[in-house]
Formats: sequence, C-alpha cells, structure tokens
Amino acid sequence: MSLLVHLIYLSPLVAGVGILLGLPARRTAAIAAVIALASALIVFLGYDRASSGYQFLSSLPLVTEWDLKFLVGVDGLSATLLLLTSIVALASVWLAPKVQEGENGYYACILFIAAGAAGAFASLDLFFFYAFHELALIPTFLMIGIWGSGNRQSAAWKITIYLSIGSIVLLVGLIGLYLLPSPAQRTFDIVKLQQLASTGAFSGPGSRSVYFLLLLGFGTLVSLFPFHTWAPQAYASAPVPVTMLHAGVLKKFGLYGLLRVALPLMPAAARSWAWLLLILLAGNILYVGLATIAQKQLDLTLAYSSVMHMGYIFLGIASYNVIGLNGAALLMFAHGLSIAALFAMSGELRKQTVTLNYLDLGGLATNMPTLSFVFGLATFASIGLPGFANFASELLVFFGAFKNSTPGAGFNEFQVVGTIALWGVVISAVYMLRAYRAIFMGERQARWQMVKDMPLSLGWTVMLLVAGLLIVGLVPRTVLDAVEPGIRLFVK
Amino acid sequence: MTFPPIFFELFVLALGILILLLETFFEKRDRKMFAVVGIVGLAVVFLFLQASGPGASGMASYVVDPPAIFFKKLSVLTTIVVLIMSIDYADTIKRFLPADSPQAGLGEFFALPVLTCAGMMWMSSAIDFILIFVSLELVTISFYVLVAYMRRNASSLEAGVKYLILSALATGFTVYGITWIYGVTRQTNLVQISQVLPSISVDNQPGVLFGALLVLIGLGFKIAAAPFQFWVPDVYQGAPTPITAFLSVGSKSVGFIVLLRVVQAFQSLPAVGDKLITAVILLAVATLLYGNLAALPQTNFKRLLAYSSIGHAGYLLMAVAGISAKDSGQAVVVYLAAYLLMTLLSFLVLVIVSNHGGGDEIVQFNGLSKRSPFLAFALLVAMMSLAGVPLTAGFLGKFMVFKVALETRQFLLIALAIITVGCGFYFYLKVVRAMYWQPAPANVAAIPVSKLSLAAIIIMVLLIFVLGIFPQVALGLLPG
Repeated sequence: MSLLVHLIYLSPLVAGVGILLGLPARRTAAIAAVIALASALIVFLGYDRASSGYQFLSSLPLVTEWDLKFLVGVDGLSATLLLLTSIVALASVWLAPKVQEGENGYYACILFIAAGAAGAFASLDLFFFYAFHELALIPTFLMIGIWGSGNRQSAAWKITIYLSIGSIVLLVGLIGLYLLPSPAQRTFDIVKLQQLASTGAFSGPGSRSVYFLLLLGFGTLVSLFPFHTWAPQAYASAPVPVTMLHAGVLKKFGLYGLLRVALPLMPAAARSWAWLLLILLAGNILYVGLATIAQKQLDLTLAYSSVMHMGYIFLGIASYNVIGLNGAALLMFAHGLSIAALFAMSGELRKQTVTLNYLDLGGLATNMPTLSFVFGLATFASIGLPGFANFASELLVFFGAFKNSTPGAGFNEFQVVGTIALWGVVISAVYMLRAYRAIFMGERQARWQMVKDMPLSLGWTVMLLVAGLLIVGLVPRTVLDAVEPGIRLFVK
Repeated sequence: MTFPPIFFELFVLALGILILLLETFFEKRDRKMFAVVGIVGLAVVFLFLQASGPGASGMASYVVDPPAIFFKKLSVLTTIVVLIMSIDYADTIKRFLPADSPQAGLGEFFALPVLTCAGMMWMSSAIDFILIFVSLELVTISFYVLVAYMRRNASSLEAGVKYLILSALATGFTVYGITWIYGVTRQTNLVQISQVLPSISVDNQPGVLFGALLVLIGLGFKIAAAPFQFWVPDVYQGAPTPITAFLSVGSKSVGFIVLLRVVQAFQSLPAVGDKLITAVILLAVATLLYGNLAALPQTNFKRLLAYSSIGHAGYLLMAVAGISAKDSGQAVVVYLAAYLLMTLLSFLVLVIVSNHGGGDEIVQFNGLSKRSPFLAFALLVAMMSLAGVPLTAGFLGKFMVFKVALETRQFLLIALAIITVGCGFYFYLKVVRAMYWQPAPANVAAIPVSKLSLAAIIIMVLLIFVLGIFPQVALGLLPG
C-alpha cells in the first residue's frame, strides 16, 4: 500500500524525466497520469477511516543528527488532496493541445508540476514537503514564458518572483519552527512534531513570530489578499493545463500547509493571529470579489474568482473549529475540481474564438449546446448552488464562522466577516451569471457561425470533473469521513 | 599507505613543474596533452586525499583537520575543472598571444593553475599568519599572470593591472594587520594567539581589534566582499574565462577557510571577538545588497556571474557571522561545495557556448534550448541551483545558512537575505529566459561538446542533484 503512495508522485516524475530523454510524450504522460490516479484512488478508498491517523508510512532516514528523513504517508486530508491532484493532472494531460515545437518539454513540465504537488501532499517531513512544492516553480515559469498567451512574459516573471519570495519567507518560518523545541527534540518529522505539540514545545515566546511567517509565506502561495496580484495575470496567460493544475491543485499547498503544520502545532498563536487573517480574507472576498465583477474577459474573471474563493477557505481555517475546518478541507477539494473544469472549457472557447472578451462573444449556446450546458453546471457549482460540493463546503464554512460566538455578546469579528462572506456568494452569482449570459445567450454574431461544440475528449474530461462535484455534493460524507478524524485530533 | 600530510602539496607542485618541463622537452606535441597530464595527476591526488584522514602534522603552523582536507579536495577538484575548461578555451587564448609558433604559451597556461592549486592547498592547512601570508601570495602572484594572460587583449591586460594594484593594496592591509596582532600578542600562530588573547591587558584590546579588522579587510578583498569588491566585475570580465572561474571558486573558497580560522581564533576574547563578528555582519549586509542588486541590470553573462559571486559571498558571510552556532563551519563547507559545482558548471557551459557564438553576452544564449538542449538543460540546473531551488545543492547551502542565522538570531540579515534571494531568482532566470523563451538567431549550427567536457558536465549536474536530494552526502563532507 505504501508503494502506491510513492507511485502517485513518482510516476509523473519518472515519466517526465523519461519524456525529456525521448519517450513519446503524450502516450507516456497519459499512462503515468492514469497510474497515478489509480494509485490515488486505491489509497483514498483503502485509507482506514475507523482507525484514522497517518497510514501507509514509509521512511528513508537521511540526516540522523537533524532527524531529517524522507517520510511519506497519508491521512484523510492528504489522501483527499492526492486524489484531487491526480484527477486534475489526468484531466490536464488529456486536454493538452497539440504542440508544434518542443512537445516533450511541454508534457514534461506538466508532469513535473503535478509531481511537485503530489509529492508535497504525500511528504510528512518538513524539508521535502517544502522542496516538492518548489519543484513546480521552474516548470511553471517555463510553461508560461514559452507557451503562454497574452502578456505572458510579465505574467511569468510576476508569478515566479512573487512565489519565490513567498517560499523563502515560508522557509524561514519552517526553519524557525524546527528550532523552537529544545535541541534534543528537534525534528523535521511532521508526525513527531504533532506529538511534540501536546507537550507545549511550540508555545514558547517565538511561536507567534513563527506562525506569522508561516501565515505570510503560505498565504502568499494561496494568493491571500494583498499578496494575490500574481495570480490573475498568471492564470489568464498560462497554458490551460498549467492553469488547471496551478489554480486547482498547487495553490492548495499553502492551505494544506496551514492545516497540516501551522494550526496543529501552534493553536494558541493561530488564535492570536486570527484577527489579521480575518481582515485579509475579507479583502479576498470583498475587494477581489468586486474586482472580479469589473473584469471584461472570461479568463480574467475565472482567475480573479479563484483568488476570491480562497477567502472562504481561509474563513474556515480562521474559525478554528471542527465544522469550519471540515468546510475548508472540503472546499479545497471542490474548488479544485470546479475551477479546473471552468478553465478547461474556457481554453476550448479561446481555441475556437481566439477572443474571450464579453463584448465580442454572445449566443454561442446555439453552436455549443453541450459545452454551454456543462459550463452552466460548473458555473452553478462555482457559485455554490445546492447539489454541488461547493455548496456543502461553503455552508460548513459559514456555520463554522458563526459558531465562534460568545453567548449574549452580540456579533463578534467572526460573525461580521461571516456576513460579508455571505454577501460574497451574491458577488459570485453576479459575475458568473453575467459571464454566462455574455458568452452563451443573446445575439450570436455572424462570425461565430463556424464555432463547433466541444470535442468528445474534452466532454468526457469535464463531465468527470463535474460528476465528482455532484457525487461529493450529494454525499459529502465521502470526503468528510476521511478528513474529520484528522481535524478532531488537534481541535478540542 | 600513509604519506606525510605535506606530501600532497609537494606532489602538486612537482606536477606543475613537470608540465613546464614537458613543454620544453616535447615541443612538437599537442600542448593540450599537458593539460590532460595535469588532470590525471590531480585526479590521483584527489583519490589519495579521499583516502586520507585527519591527523597530526608535526608542524605548529600546519594542521590536518577535517576542514583542511575538505578545502584541499575542493581546490584540487576546482583545478581539474578549470583545466578541462582551459582545453576548450585554448583556441581563444592562442588568438591573443604573439604567434611565433602555433601553440606557444599554452604550456604555461596549463601549468600555472596547478601551481596555484598547491598554494591553495597550503592555505587550507595554514594556521600561522606567516604561512597564511606566504601561501596567499603564492596563489595571488600566479593569478597576476593568469588574469593578464591574453597579452594582445586590452581588457585582459586592464584586468591584470587592476588585479595587481588592488591585490597588492589588500596584501598591504593584511600584513599591517598581522604586525599589529603580533605587536600585542607576540604570536603569529592562531592557536597561540587564541590562548594568549584572554590574558592581554584591556589597553591592548583596541590594538588587537585594529589588527584583526585590517586582516578582515585584506581577506574581504580575496572573498570579494563589499565594500572591497570593486575589482571583481572588471577583472572577472577581462580575465580568460577559465581563470575567472578559478578566481571566483578557488580564490574565494580558501579565503573563507582562512577567514573562519581567524574569526574563530579571536572568539577566545569576547571583547574583541564580538566586535569582529559585528564587522562581519556589516560586511555581509553590504555584500548581500551590493552583489544582488547590482546583478539585476547586467546583460553580460560573465559580469552577471561576477556579481553573483559577490552575492554568494554575502550568504557565506552570514554563516561566518553565526560562528557561535554548532553548524556554522558546516554551513560554509556545504555552501562552498554547492557553489563550486554550480559556478564551475555555469562557466564551463559559458566557455563552450561563447566558443561557438563569439561573446559572453546573455543574448548569445538566445534559443540555446533549440541549438543544444543538453547544454541548455545543464545551465538550467546550474541557474536553479544558484537561485536556490530545492532539491539542488544550492538550496541545501541556503537552507543551512538560514538555519545558522536563525539560531544566532541575525534577524536583520535574514530579512535582507529574503529580499536578495528574490532578486537572485530574477537575474538567474534571465539566463533561463534567454535560453528557453527567446528564438534562436537564424543559421546557427548545433554546438559540439568535447567528450571530456561532456563527462564533466554530466558529473556536475548529477552531483548538484545528489547533494540536493541527499543532504547527508553534503554533511559528510565535513565529518565531526
């Protein structure tokens, strides 16, 4: 079983290297992605929810005096995210367009990004947890710079510099975390760190600063307001597979880091910084939400919306109770699927019409009945309509926020921000429905007569993503049962 | 089989003289063979060094401790790669030498680095100011010749003159500092100085501090720390490229071992030691800022590497400033090992590419990924490592430096370093952008790579990943 966990990140990694060395690009990439998905599915289903905790552990000791080892294993949260990663990775490999020049490099980069994300979710050692995530940085830079569209060069620089500085802040925070306990207890092993936390090893005087650094570092990687400006431009310019992987999966690394490392180890510090997180996430929901409404192009609307939705996940995290954290974890999964589906379809639109500007489009539903139907479903999911996983998770997040009340004391800051977040749903509805109307309804311009419905391959892929949203939306327990025991361990 | 420890230096010295003699007796032979003789000879030395362990040397001014052995290995490896580069660079050298015979002057060009190597190896073991000074000069004087080697190239000559004058000035500072230290402590041996220091009178403390600061200035020149860095860009750009690589790796590394030993020796007297650390911190601040900010607008690859070498000196100084932490020496060693690999790899690719493009500008690398995917990938790895992307050797170095700095609570340095690492991503990725984003100029042929260089590149790329993924390998470089 632990072999399967290794396969989830190793198969794209090895396939990527193989493709660089000359294996046939598309076929190898698809096989690797299928192997990874199959392994992730078996791991997700095979994870023993009754006994919870970390399972399928395997480790390779590297530096004994630092207690640094290559430790891999999963709990419910990471199993869920690994499943998400491999679903989106397969979808993005499948949807990768025909590349005229340097096809091998293109597929290798996609696989490296996927491997970086999967490796980060599977690692239970701070060093490799961090290292795997950064592995995706250079392929992203190359992909956007070489195969991107629009203002690709400036987008590539921005995302790379932003994320590298965010990562280095995070690195300092993680080293600080490592140095907090007494020298004899220091370890990079996340499992051991979590056991140490109960002895109060991380409640010393430095813990508030360390948590602040982690919040800043992880926050930048998740496009926390006001460190979000790298995201919209990069997502709009990047090739579709990269956007799907980055917005859908890789960005979740920062949230995962907060849930895996920062909160369980330093709950007191997390509570003391909750006010700051609340203010910033309100910026995500309100400021970025309004900015989203102002967008006049589908790709930018989607890119901004993905920044805005991070606010809800942060709200669940800031609430710091079982129900809110459950919602955050579920929303990470749901958002990953829905944004990947939306970006996949917007990529198809761009391929056929070249422009994504609302003023140029309109009435495309006549030519693209299937695409407009599925796009509508994904739109509803993104807004958070009942039946989709996004609804279930946002609901939990709101409950979580409101639950943080002091009886008889009126509205506290959690409830204020919770109310703002509720209005955010209206904002989402405004921009998503407006986008839908502008593209698919109304008068069709004569020049779009030749536009065809989406090809079967895209149809299957997007259906798969939407089906995932529906299944989890109707039976949220499929994911929640796996995630909740891990959360209950550190939230009393 | 055991040798007296000084045997290694003597062997390398003999090897250098042998190459000079070969030139006299085998005038008709292809001179590139002499470089191969040097490479093989040094490889043998490296194997013996690998097998040897620390031990007593029987001399008061000369130690054989783990750092000494590490730095000797580092010097030998650097020299080997420099000789490999020199073979590829030989054609360029010939263009700038008076042509009385087709290969005149090449023999010395291969012999001098070997002699320099002997000086560096001595320096690694030196714990007496006299020996430090003598070996430092052996290294520096060889570099005077090497930097100005391309006699008919004005910029090489200019670099030579600049290096000569400024280096002589720095040497003056060092010697003057040593006399002050000697005047107070009556010792030149670092071990003795460290023992004597706590007992000197308070009146004499400023004198020792003054001497130590002067020595720091002299060493700051060698390791290219700001504000003693102004010679670096011009000299690096003007010197023959293999020599630039040699300067930036070899000369810098041994500068750091001496710096570590000197700073360590003065720790026995906190009144002086702490002030010395403060000076090192100030140097680190200036070096980090200057090296990384000035690198941003560079368009010449050699100049970019020159500024990058200043910037890396800043990170290394951060580790030296944290000398009270247990891992400080190890951080320096790991960082230098990583620095050696990634810098030499960059220079090696530069030599090969500029041989077939005609210049050192970053524009020359446009579209390299299409002309030679292999070289482009190798340089990509080098740039990733220099920028500090995880799972490469460069990241491990940065990781350890940050760890040491956090342990010793150097928060100002850490805040600065976060910014400069961000700058680094920009200017290293500028090269990546040229190679991968920009279209190749029309009608350029693929770039041939000699077998020797090919092997060296593959080994260095692999080592960068091995050190990055298996930190214990890097930590094993300095046992104990």
